[in-house]
Amino acid sequence: MVRTPGKGSRWHMLTVVGADHPGIVAQLSAALLRGGCNLGEASMARLGGSFAVMLMVEGADAAVLERLLRPVTDGLGLRLHIDPIEGSLHHHQEPNVQITVYGADRPGIVAQVTGALAATGFNILDLNSDVAGTGERPIYVMIIDGLAAGGADGVEQALAPLRAGGIEVRIASLDTLIG
Amino acid sequence: MAVREILQYPDARLKQVSVPVTGFDAALRLLMCDLEDSMRAGAGSVGIAAPQIGVLQRVVIVDVSAKAGIRQHGCLRLVNPEIVSRTGEARGREGCMSVPDYTGNVLRAQQLRLRAQDGDGIWREWDCEGYEARAVQHELDHLDGLLFLDRVVSPRHDLFRRKVYR
Repeated sequence: MVRTPGKGSRWHMLTVVGADHPGIVAQLSAALLRGGCNLGEASMARLGGSFAVMLMVEGADAAVLERLLRPVTDGLGLRLHIDPIEGSLHHHQEPNVQITVYGADRPGIVAQVTGALAATGFNILDLNSDVAGTGERPIYVMIIDGLAAGGADGVEQALAPLRAGGIEVRIASLDTLIG
Repeated sequence: MAVREILQYPDARLKQVSVPVTGFDAALRLLMCDLEDSMRAGAGSVGIAAPQIGVLQRVVIVDVSAKAGIRQHGCLRLVNPEIVSRTGEARGREGCMSVPDYTGNVLRAQQLRLRAQDGDGIWREWDCEGYEARAVQHELDHLDGLLFLDRVVSPRHDLFRRKVYR
């Protein structure tokens, strides 16, 4: 939808978390539509049986958003959080490196990998992780898309020492084809 | 020769099926020149299809020669192109001059055999792979009214690859 925001219009980030069941997104978006709000970028996922929503909304201030959404979230047993943000649309950054990490699950994998990345100035744009395998033999899997000033080679140098710790680390250049 | 305006979705012409070229004449050669000029005017674009400039004819240009270290055939100027056979499957990130400010992962064949006519109507064949094969598939999709948005896979797809290997 193309809509010119009114003067003073700003974006809020809604965070909604709770036990997953059908209809959460439908009820939230219907309430926001009734309130004349506009939706922006969003990421939502079922994580461990809970449904987590991160959603950009404009067209109402925090108090109005609260009034629109509280009946829905209370009715569904969800936690609601509303934050004003400085963000806006059409400011995507294109990742140039993808990192896949997996290994027998143990404490510290994420801290080690992201610590080494942060030391190089790597900016994480997207991170998805999961615990696969079985309860007795869990496998941790993580995929990170991000922006590395030094490209894949710089990331390779930063992460290579971690392979000695028994985790698999695969680094690939993301070369977006524009056609 | 001229740089033509690139149509952007939701322009309805991008969702239409283009017709085969039947006249191998000066008008076709002019279209091919305009396509190439328009592609090169778009920063970083490695291909263009005639519907992207509003001409619903089966003509595309693919040129991935700016990318170092890959197998490629230089500038391919393709009339009535067809994919004869395809093998393998690879995931890669794509964007499009006709869909600004969005990129996504798309599964494409890894290798393909391509058949097309040149500006004089002579048929030729090429074996393409990897990045060049991806560009060919992206551009040929335009001729059938398909955008990469029609093929994009979920970001979380990367974590669940069983389907890819089955």
